[in-house]
Amino acid sequence: MQGQYAQLQAEEEKLTVASQRLQAKVDAFRTRKETIKATYTAAEAQTRINEAFSGISEEMGDVGMAIQRAEDKTAQMQARAGAIDELMASGALDDVGGRRDDIQAELDQLSANSDVESELRRLRGEIAASAPKQLEGSGGSGGGANGDGPVHEGQSQAQSAPYAPPAPTQQPQQAAPQQAAQSAGIPVSDLPSANDQPQDGEGL
Amino acid sequence: MIVRILGEGQFRVDDNATPGLNHLDTELETAVERGDEPAFKAALTGLLAQVRAQGSPLPPDTLEASDLILPHQDSSMDEVRKLLTDEGLIPG
Repeated sequence: MQGQYAQLQAEEEKLTVASQRLQAKVDAFRTRKETIKATYTAAEAQTRINEAFSGISEEMGDVGMAIQRAEDKTAQMQARAGAIDELMASGALDDVGGRRDDIQAELDQLSANSDVESELRRLRGEIAASAPKQLEGSGGSGGGANGDGPVHEGQSQAQSAPYAPPAPTQQPQQAAPQQAAQSAGIPVSDLPSANDQPQDGEGL
Repeated sequence: MIVRILGEGQFRVDDNATPGLNHLDTELETAVERGDEPAFKAALTGLLAQVRAQGSPLPPDTLEASDLILPHQDSSMDEVRKLLTDEGLIPG
């Protein structure tokens, strides 16, 4: 960045000097032309003025090239800066060499936190998706702890037909043994394990 | 002989210096033909340094045309390739 700034400054100085040279030549040409007109015949004057003009046109060509070079260099720097911005934005390029200021560190921290938050949400969602069916399966004797009133209704649905979405496809297979176990008379003391699961999830 | 270095201005160089300049010009031409970047940079820097050392800058209000135009100090090989004639940068 500093290097590019210095480079542009150098270009600007060169152009300033070039424009001063051109101005000096234009002024000299104006003077010379008047002198020639006053001194020579028309034909001779024309020839000498043409000669003097070739000196100016050469200088103008030089300045024109200098301007072109400066423009090319600027465009190249802009393109490079744009490409780097895009790479940084896409995450393909890390600002490894750059000094990390406090604000950047805080922003990074925030984005890292939000990753954790979203991961937590995902895990909670997964647990929530699997927990109800376990409650449903065990609700006959212990579901009242969560205040799930219609447990028996849900259970009867699960029993009468394969369980419908939004539960994962494996759910009926998981639910079935529990239901069968319950009908076979699983002791109440085994039920808390089903209720504990959502609490574990909260702990994550 | 009046020599212009693009971006720098014009120099009046004594004709006696021409053989030395021609030698550097040949080196430059060879480097460009071979596509040898380091040799090219060295030859160009040497040639321009020789002109600056042996020539005297013309005042800016001079209206004389140059006998010879040399590229910028930081010219690329491609730029110089375009300027090169069959005889090199320096004719003769």
